[in-house]
Amino acid sequence: MDFALSQDQKLMQASLAGTLDRACPLERVRAFAENREVVATDVWTALTDLGVPGLLIPEEHGGLGLAVLDAALVAETLGAHVAPTPFLGSAVLAPLAILAAGTAQQQSRWLPALAAGEILAGAAIAEGISGARDGAGVRAEAGRLTGKALFAFDAEQAGVILVADTDGGLWLVAGDAPGLALTPLTNIDLTRRLSELRFDATPADALAQGDIPPLLTRLRDVAWTLLAADMLGASEVMIAKAVAYAKERRQFGRVIGSFQAVKHLCAEMAAELEPCRALVWYAAYAQDAAPAEASLTAAHAKAHLSEVSRFVARTATEVHGGMGITDLLGLHYWFKRVGADRQWLGGPERVRHLAAVIQGLVAA
Amino acid sequence: MDLAYGPEYQAFEAEVSAFLEANRDRWPPAVGATREQVLAWQKTLIANGYAARTIPKAYGGYGAEVDILKSRIIAEAFTRAAAPGGLAGQGINMLVPTLLDVGTEEQKQRWIASTLAGETVWCQGYSEPGAGSDLASLRTHAVEDGDDFLINGQKIWTSTAKQADMIFCLVRTEPAAPKHAGISYLIFSMSTPGIEVRPLKTMTGAAEFNEVFFTDVRVPRSQIVGGRGEGWRVANTTLKHERGMLGDPNAAESRLAAIIAMMRAETVGGERLIDNPVLRDRLMQLQARVLAMKFNGLRLITSQLADESPGLAALIVKLQGCEINHQLAAMAIDVLGELGVLYEDSPHLRDHGVWQHRYMFDLGLIIGGGTAQIQKNIISERGLGMPREPKTVEG
Ligand SMILES: Cc1cc2nc3c(=O)[nH]c(=O)nc-3n(C[C@H](O)[C@H](O)[C@H](O)COP(=O)(O)OP(=O)(O)OC[C@H]3O[C@@H](n4cnc5c(N)ncnc54)[C@H](O)[C@@H]3O)c2cc1C
Repeated sequence: MDFALSQDQKLMQASLAGTLDRACPLERVRAFAENREVVATDVWTALTDLGVPGLLIPEEHGGLGLAVLDAALVAETLGAHVAPTPFLGSAVLAPLAILAAGTAQQQSRWLPALAAGEILAGAAIAEGISGARDGAGVRAEAGRLTGKALFAFDAEQAGVILVADTDGGLWLVAGDAPGLALTPLTNIDLTRRLSELRFDATPADALAQGDIPPLLTRLRDVAWTLLAADMLGASEVMIAKAVAYAKERRQFGRVIGSFQAVKHLCAEMAAELEPCRALVWYAAYAQDAAPAEASLTAAHAKAHLSEVSRFVARTATEVHGGMGITDLLGLHYWFKRVGADRQWLGGPERVRHLAAVIQGLVAA
Repeated sequence: MDLAYGPEYQAFEAEVSAFLEANRDRWPPAVGATREQVLAWQKTLIANGYAARTIPKAYGGYGAEVDILKSRIIAEAFTRAAAPGGLAGQGINMLVPTLLDVGTEEQKQRWIASTLAGETVWCQGYSEPGAGSDLASLRTHAVEDGDDFLINGQKIWTSTAKQADMIFCLVRTEPAAPKHAGISYLIFSMSTPGIEVRPLKTMTGAAEFNEVFFTDVRVPRSQIVGGRGEGWRVANTTLKHERGMLGDPNAAESRLAAIIAMMRAETVGGERLIDNPVLRDRLMQLQARVLAMKFNGLRLITSQLADESPGLAALIVKLQGCEINHQLAAMAIDVLGELGVLYEDSPHLRDHGVWQHRYMFDLGLIIGGGTAQIQKNIISERGLGMPREPKTVEG
């Protein structure tokens, strides 16, 4: 038994962090957000040099062929840097779906291009996981899609978009398909992009129907795990920033970090977050190595990190005093990032309900 | 990362489970076990290597090599089977490791085997009315008198002092030295003349701890563990063992499983409690916390195996583990509703009132062994590198 990261994984995470320190410092994040950029091509290119877009794509299609645990380490690092990247859509959801259910032809058409970072992919699967709002829903008929999908990830400059229909079928739609209209949804988290997609008899390419319900479940579980990892990374940074600030800022002739009220806030954040690391690792490992535990641990990782990262976000902000809520400090990018991760693909109450369903405590 | 145990360990796992199944009729009952049943079971467990596993045979243990994985497999198998584990308590969990670390050969020979067998029961005499969290300010003192120490003073919150045969006790022997350097660690019999034990009834209704008064208690000088003035260091090795014991994730896991079973079985107005969405949501929140601490435990084991410092992952165990146990008890009594306030021998009582008892008793565990606030001091200072409290003139 070995519950730790391998040397390779540690190196990969460190080199990714180094790359993001250079390619994606806070000023770059701020520019992306303030200018409402759609894709930070420079950042994605830097990540492409490390193979991030092809992380989960097998070597025969030009990727690295790594596992969900590796993707979770990437997600953690992206969360730590509040990096503006189309990671979830391009590097995770679309490739996993195409790999699991695509024909040989669909695979060779999309996977090498995705792995090389030549095209981006989006994903419109929220309704199938967190439920439909505002009349959303996509119907499929004779290879054409009609209806609307809300909260689509990374769809704006996507060459291909993964779409879930109301019957649980999965489809690939070309980014420039006729009858596809896209409206950006302004998110509090300006580091990642969401949009609403409207389909009007839009031609679509079906992914093999047979295994669809389990595939959507796998996509859900992996996405939950990676959102949890993003929150883990973002929360670590918020704690580190709060602790560093508390060791510097002086009031009443002492650094505020010597006041027990402040120390205990920091200790509580650390005590809540530390076990989350093991929870995220375990959930990510389970996605590939322990299928029987994959759904339950993913649900708990998603819901629990949502609660802990909310606590960390407000507490780290408080430790900074008035400075904490300023735009200048920029802590709000992390604050909003975990706020979005919490709601995407189901808030904690919904996910915990599903956690109970998953283990057969109640019917769906 | 690889969570499989490998063939040797899988075989071992099967062996433990088979042992538990084959000996089911010897398990002492969860409630109302006799002393004979408990000691016989302890003997069986030691003989098979499921208690006192790594303690040398010469001292009454099983004498196996230290193998953290096997220890874990045993703990897991006992949890899964809901089997009664080996004896625990301050003698086995704190005194024995301390003697193994720093005791003389004679002390080891004399005390370890009988403690492991459950024949010698110990209590821990550290806290005093004026020295709780600030333990090093303790004032019970011992002066040399010929070949003996003569002890005077008072201890408080001493668990099981009434039942104990022996005490391991911190006393001040070097009054002129700085406070941490003036303490020694003595072990002596509770039947020594001059010791008076007054039980303190707690909110559970039982006298779980006591006051202990020492008046000219005469203890041979050979009964010091470690040297004079080294008691603080000796005690700290013991406290480390105590904190690990208090935050044990296996206990939380089996309590959670019991609550789930209860919520599936109990009904209110015909509705199963598991079908109540509010309670179920709370249950799921707790399950996430229990799982996170369980996986944190795996991480600790791996870092122990690799001889790496576990850092924060270890520092948080007492705080989080005790908090979760208390929340589990709170959840259980809320699930029981009005049944959750029945107690003692009441009709309709569930699980012998264990949840009501734990709800109160486990709050004591949050306080004992270093309070939650002291744990947060430790986490922020040792884990996060934050400054210590400025010293006041008085301290
Ligand atoms: C169930 C139980 C069993 C016990 N068994 C034993 C035993 O067998 N043997 C034994 O020797 N002792 C035993 N104890 C005693 C236990 O170790 C002490 O109760 C504990 O260390 C706290 O000391 P105190 O009770 O004097 O509280 P205090 O130290 O007076 O604390 C009171 C409050 O002040 C807070 N506080 C104190 N100092 C600080 C600080 N520096 N920073 C922030 N907050 C602070 C505490 O957190 C607490 O909230 C037991 C206690 C309990 C509850």
